[in-house]
Amino acid sequence: MSEVSRSSEVFVTVEGISRRFVPHVSLGDRIAAALGSPLEQRAVRAVEDVSLSVRRGEVLGLVGESGSGKSTLGRMICGILVPSAGLVRIDGESVMSGGRRPRKTTTRVQMIFQDPYASLDPRMRIGDTIAEGPIAHGLVSKADSLAYVQHWLRRVGLDPDAAPRYPHQFSGGQRQRIAIARALAMKPDVLVCDEPVASLDVSIQAQILNLFLALRQELSLTMLFISHHLGVVRHVSDRVAIMYLGRIVEIGTADAVYTDPQHPYTQALLASVPQLVLEDDKMVSFKPIPGELPSPMAPPPGCHFHLRCTFAQARCRVEPPVLRPAGAQAAACHFAGELQFTR
Amino acid sequence: MTARLLEVRHLATHFFTRAGVVKAVDDVSFDLEVGEVIGLVGESGSGKSMTGYSLLGLIDPPGRIVQGSIKLKGQELVGLPQEALRKLRGRRIAMVFQDPMTTLNPVLTIADQIHLAINAHERVSTATARQRAVDVLTRVGLPDADRRLDAYPHEFSGGMRQRVAIAIALLHRPDVIIADEPTTALDVSIQAQILAEMKSLVRDLGMALIWISHDLAVVSAMASRILVMYGGRIVESGPTASVLRDPRHHYTRGLLNSLPSRAAPGQPLTQISGLPPSLGALPPGCAFHPRCPRADAICLTAPETTGHERRDWRCHHPLTAVSA
Ligand SMILES: Nc1ncnc2c1ncn2[C@@H]1O[C@H](COP(=O)(O)OP(=O)(O)OP(=O)(O)O)[C@@H](O)[C@H]1O
Ligand SMILES: Nc1ncnc2c1ncn2[C@@H]1O[C@H](COP(=O)(O)OP(=O)(O)OP(=O)(O)O)[C@@H](O)[C@H]1O
Ligand code: SF4
Ligand SMILES: [Mg+2]
Ligand SMILES: [Mg+2]
Repeated sequence: MSEVSRSSEVFVTVEGISRRFVPHVSLGDRIAAALGSPLEQRAVRAVEDVSLSVRRGEVLGLVGESGSGKSTLGRMICGILVPSAGLVRIDGESVMSGGRRPRKTTTRVQMIFQDPYASLDPRMRIGDTIAEGPIAHGLVSKADSLAYVQHWLRRVGLDPDAAPRYPHQFSGGQRQRIAIARALAMKPDVLVCDEPVASLDVSIQAQILNLFLALRQELSLTMLFISHHLGVVRHVSDRVAIMYLGRIVEIGTADAVYTDPQHPYTQALLASVPQLVLEDDKMVSFKPIPGELPSPMAPPPGCHFHLRCTFAQARCRVEPPVLRPAGAQAAACHFAGELQFTR
Repeated sequence: MTARLLEVRHLATHFFTRAGVVKAVDDVSFDLEVGEVIGLVGESGSGKSMTGYSLLGLIDPPGRIVQGSIKLKGQELVGLPQEALRKLRGRRIAMVFQDPMTTLNPVLTIADQIHLAINAHERVSTATARQRAVDVLTRVGLPDADRRLDAYPHEFSGGMRQRVAIAIALLHRPDVIIADEPTTALDVSIQAQILAEMKSLVRDLGMALIWISHDLAVVSAMASRILVMYGGRIVESGPTASVLRDPRHHYTRGLLNSLPSRAAPGQPLTQISGLPPSLGALPPGCAFHPRCPRADAICLTAPETTGHERRDWRCHHPLTAVSA
């Protein structure tokens, strides 16, 4: 499978990573546990045994509906959340491994968040926000920091004279540019972008997507691009991973995954996205996925998707499928490669 | 001649704030026919919700309707006393909001909320209310409606709550439903369920729908006509497919070009430069001129609405029609 071959190029490796969140345990629950009702089952399995790799200079898109574990996975790769099991390696160096916090947090991975309002300190001048990290890590001296900040402001399409201003003086799109400048000023090898355009209007979204595409070219960034927006992910990604309830159900080149999906969930998800209709009087029928997203506290056994899947068989209700080659990509379905989707 | 279902003419809703006048809705005109679905699109802050609120008479100070007329089956709504408007709301015009909790009361069961909503306009027994609740919830695709009536909103997923809010809007079979981004906060697989249900409801019940959204694809699949809003004004309108295939206003074209599906993967999108204007400090003339590639001196004066048949636009230099 193409996932692990050509190891010389592989830059980010995620091996069997999992993360559980155990909710606060009440006295009643503890008594129930003492009486034999398993506590462990009430934990949210936000990410379950995920393995993947990203090559140097590659953009891996991570798509999935709300609660599928995208942010949790991104935060573990970034080194700001400790996994329950598994490890993350950047360029061969282990930055995170199961259960342990690393001795020093890596600056090689930087993260950009969805909400540029929340991620910038409202009381700090944006120039200071951008310079803080690089000064602390010795990337630039205090004396040279203004020129450094101005360089990055210019790079992300902002007025270099804006450095003394405060976040509230900027629009949403401009704040996202500031957040990008702050991340890039740390000279990261890897950028994890968690829904970076989700809160932006489409005209501003287009500006920021163009900025990502340009920066990626010039700085040969390796990127994990997280979004629930399938069109955006397709546009920026070389390869794409589809998540459902904590697991990767399909991964491959963007082209393969979008034009020839192998997992029933991917296929149904793509079909449920409304398309621009340009023909007069065309009868449009929506193709929703039946049922609800199950609670991540109690995902269905076997294949997590079996309750909503039109192809499910008895086996799907008990045996969790593993990722295996199908088409030009890999899919975690017992019948991957054998299914005929009607479109 | 039978009156149009809804006739909006030169509607203007302004907010008189300390910082100045915010022209949230300015000179908006459109018609809505019985059973028709129109889409109102535009970016954040362009005045979509305020247009919807104006139709419902829900504009609070410092805002007010400063000009124009809204006729529902010939009856003028602008200037009606609050009490008369309250009687219309829910019964003849209803609204569905992006956040269903705007409609739902967190401390009441679904059955109680629906009973209250019915009581706002007619007196019915608890048993009758329950039966109507089951009927209307089943209509919007809520499984086991009977069993779920005594649940509270927090026991429902976001998609389920939105279905309940839609069910409440349907209770009195209003002539017009204004749906303000009702699926924007939902996951795509759930959004598709609600879009499919709304579409068949409108068809089966013959209701008219104003679908507010910033998502052109959703509107293109829902609405037969589209109104494109920018800076509080409708800058272009017409049959949806025709407008999207053949935009005449530069903003409409810019919006379309901003969609990732409009460029090959990895290729730069044709972006609109600059930022949307603040409605409290609109540029003079055509509000789009600072961002428009075609703007010249004449654009500093406001363009009139021009066009033909059911297509119109507000632009001094409209794009030329590509197809007939
Ligand atoms: N700190 C936490 N404590 C408890 N549960 C958590 C925590 N962080 C995440 N979770 C849970 O883990 C699951 C995965 O969450 P995550 O935020 O990774 O999903 P996501 O795919 O990013 O979703 P979204 O699209 O909504 O951002 C969810 O069920 C979430 O409620
Ligand atoms: N109470 C108020 N005082 C002053 N301005 C107001 C008030 N309420 C709304 N506005 C202004 O009215 C304008 C139009 O807002 P509206 O909510 O209609 O936009 P919208 O198109 O629905 O945007 P979104 O997509 O973000 O919902 C905004 O610029 C807003 O600032
Ligand atoms: S494993 Fe079974 S339930 Fe899961 S996607 Fe494949 S066919 Fe459907
Ligand atoms: Mg997230
Ligand atoms: Mg709105």
